[in-house]
Amino acid sequence: MTETLPQRTPDKETLARMFELVTAINLTDERFRTLLSSGRARSTYYSPKGQECISAAFGALLRPDDYCVTMYRGLHDHLAKGVPMRELFAEFLGRVTGTCKGKGGPMHVTHPASGLMVTTGIVGSGLPIANGLAWAAKLSGTDQVTIVNFGDGASNIGAFHEALNLASVWELPVVFVCQNNRYGEHTRYEWATSASQVAQRAAAYEMPGVTVDGNDPVATYWAADEAISRARSGGGPTLVEAMTYRFWGHIFGDNMRYMPPEERKAAMDADPTVRYRNWLLEHGHLSEAELASIENDTLAAIDDAIAFALDSPPPGPDELYTDVYSETVVPA
Amino acid sequence: MTDEVKVAKMTTAQAIHDALDLALAKDPKVLLFGEDVSDPSGGGVFHISEGLSTKYGEHRVRSTPISEQAIVGAAIGAAIGGYRPIAEIMFMDFFAVAMDQISNHAAKLRYMSGGQTGVPITIRTAAGAGMQFGAQHSEMLEAWVTHIPGLKVVVASNPADCKGLLTAAIFDDDPVVVIEPTLDYWVSGPVPEGEHVVPIGKASTARPGSDVTLITYGREVKFALEAAETLAGEGISVEVLDLRTLVPMDERAVLESVARTRRAVVVHQAVRRGGLGAEISALIHENLFGELEGPVVRVAGPNTPIPYAAELESLFVVDSADMVKGVRKAVQQTR
Ligand SMILES: Cc1ncc(C[n+]2csc(CCOP(=O)(O)OP(=O)(O)O)c2C)c(N)n1
Ligand SMILES: [Mg+2]
Repeated sequence: MTETLPQRTPDKETLARMFELVTAINLTDERFRTLLSSGRARSTYYSPKGQECISAAFGALLRPDDYCVTMYRGLHDHLAKGVPMRELFAEFLGRVTGTCKGKGGPMHVTHPASGLMVTTGIVGSGLPIANGLAWAAKLSGTDQVTIVNFGDGASNIGAFHEALNLASVWELPVVFVCQNNRYGEHTRYEWATSASQVAQRAAAYEMPGVTVDGNDPVATYWAADEAISRARSGGGPTLVEAMTYRFWGHIFGDNMRYMPPEERKAAMDADPTVRYRNWLLEHGHLSEAELASIENDTLAAIDDAIAFALDSPPPGPDELYTDVYSETVVPA
Repeated sequence: MTDEVKVAKMTTAQAIHDALDLALAKDPKVLLFGEDVSDPSGGGVFHISEGLSTKYGEHRVRSTPISEQAIVGAAIGAAIGGYRPIAEIMFMDFFAVAMDQISNHAAKLRYMSGGQTGVPITIRTAAGAGMQFGAQHSEMLEAWVTHIPGLKVVVASNPADCKGLLTAAIFDDDPVVVIEPTLDYWVSGPVPEGEHVVPIGKASTARPGSDVTLITYGREVKFALEAAETLAGEGISVEVLDLRTLVPMDERAVLESVARTRRAVVVHQAVRRGGLGAEISALIHENLFGELEGPVVRVAGPNTPIPYAAELESLFVVDSADMVKGVRKAVQQTR
């Protein structure tokens, strides 16, 4: 990124906002992994570390009333869409103070107040639902945009293809964001995918498809800007493929034997958070003091959120039976 | 002052059309979509939605690609986005293709979100054997959906209830699967004009009786009434209970009736193994074991796919003769 300085640089406020988000994701991930390793908390955890710039770029552009659909590896997307940290952490730990009263868990975080509408644990199934949200906005005549995040592996499931086709023929205001981290569970991209890039698949549905370096927040920002503007102005859907890498394998605790160590080391050496920080500093966009202040504030917010979550009780037994239906149906 | 409800004779297909028309007129948030439903694509394979896209616009009554996951997914998303979509899945057998959206999303999003995102969708679907459509266009798969918490499931036995239950489903705040017995589309009967609501969760006594309760739903109700008539000639008084809603089931109505008659026969077209009859039977045994004259009798389809040949298909489908046999068996059991 230092070498290939983008032609256009977003304004300072945007650069700072992206750094805030990148930092929030990076530090939250770090703290959460420590919490799990130390045994103070238990959860399945699909670390998004390595993919933080993608969410940060979209997060800097989306409005609170835009819709976001994401998946089990979604912590970065949740934070970037503005889900409050306290409720988010509490949900991850299954506490009643969580976004979903502890009944959804990390794979199902929902927070409509921030526009985070669905988090799904089923690969690829967020795409058809995102179409529905986009359709609702279009019917209502609002200019809300829907984005849906998914992995490279998801581009091989039927729902992806049904959804891209429908979005194209209905000209829906939706952005399909494929976070290509090179693996689906333990299977390498090339072993499972016929197209050399996921973005090529857009051509089959006559929608624009673009591949971008997802570890470069500025490049991703401009790609996201174009796609979001297209959707907002009635120009229909876009498939954005953001190239990235997951540092911690599929699920936290993964032995990662299927990832060549030198490949992982290279990715970690090029840590996108560190790279972005250095770039901001070198080019004088933000001073060391400004960067450090963002980091300190973020850490304080995370520590507060963790303490809040750990102090919160689990949902009471009655919660087992509520929210199955709109009215409480007494279980048989 | 008396509110006189006018009644018209119409087919089930017309009654459903009427319910859709009234719902679309009443609430601009109601949407209808599925394969071939708009007028340029024929107004639906059974012509049920004929005229509706012309009347309400193709933005509200819309034909879709042949993409069952995309159809149900779009319904779910639009519902979370503030609409009341009615999605049509042509035949219930095709639920297999959309089951992820139905089971993992429509049914569970309210719960997983702690009540924040309800999914007020209606899924209409045709089901049932008897037209030689073969094994993939004939199945009653109510057991698939009644097993999933979060879904409501209704099946009507006559045109009036078809209209009333569909109307209730559309304006219900939960996902409702409306199973429409395919063969009944052409059956006519009296239907109240104007808005007609049959509340979800209420069974109806199709025929009162005192010796045995015959519990069923959908198309089988007609045959149950025939069976009851035949058995009346033998001096057996059969009460026919039409469940109408499978989830949430009117358990009180079931137990109240069986507590009186002390004998029950449960009937459905779907295959016996793992069918809803097993659930109803267990409900009765768990609650009324000591009061029963004998075990609950099930009359249900054989555990086979649905055959094509007319001779075999009619063997598959339970009819009034099967029900008569089932009732006789139940009545012979006495403590
Ligand atoms: C329909 C479905 N099949 C299989 C799985 C199990 N599974 C969970 S994550 C995953 C890999 C998905 O890879 P990708 O789409 O690239 O996303 P990533 O985890 O890499 O972010 C699989 C196979 C699932 N959750 N859903
Ligand atoms: Mg992947």
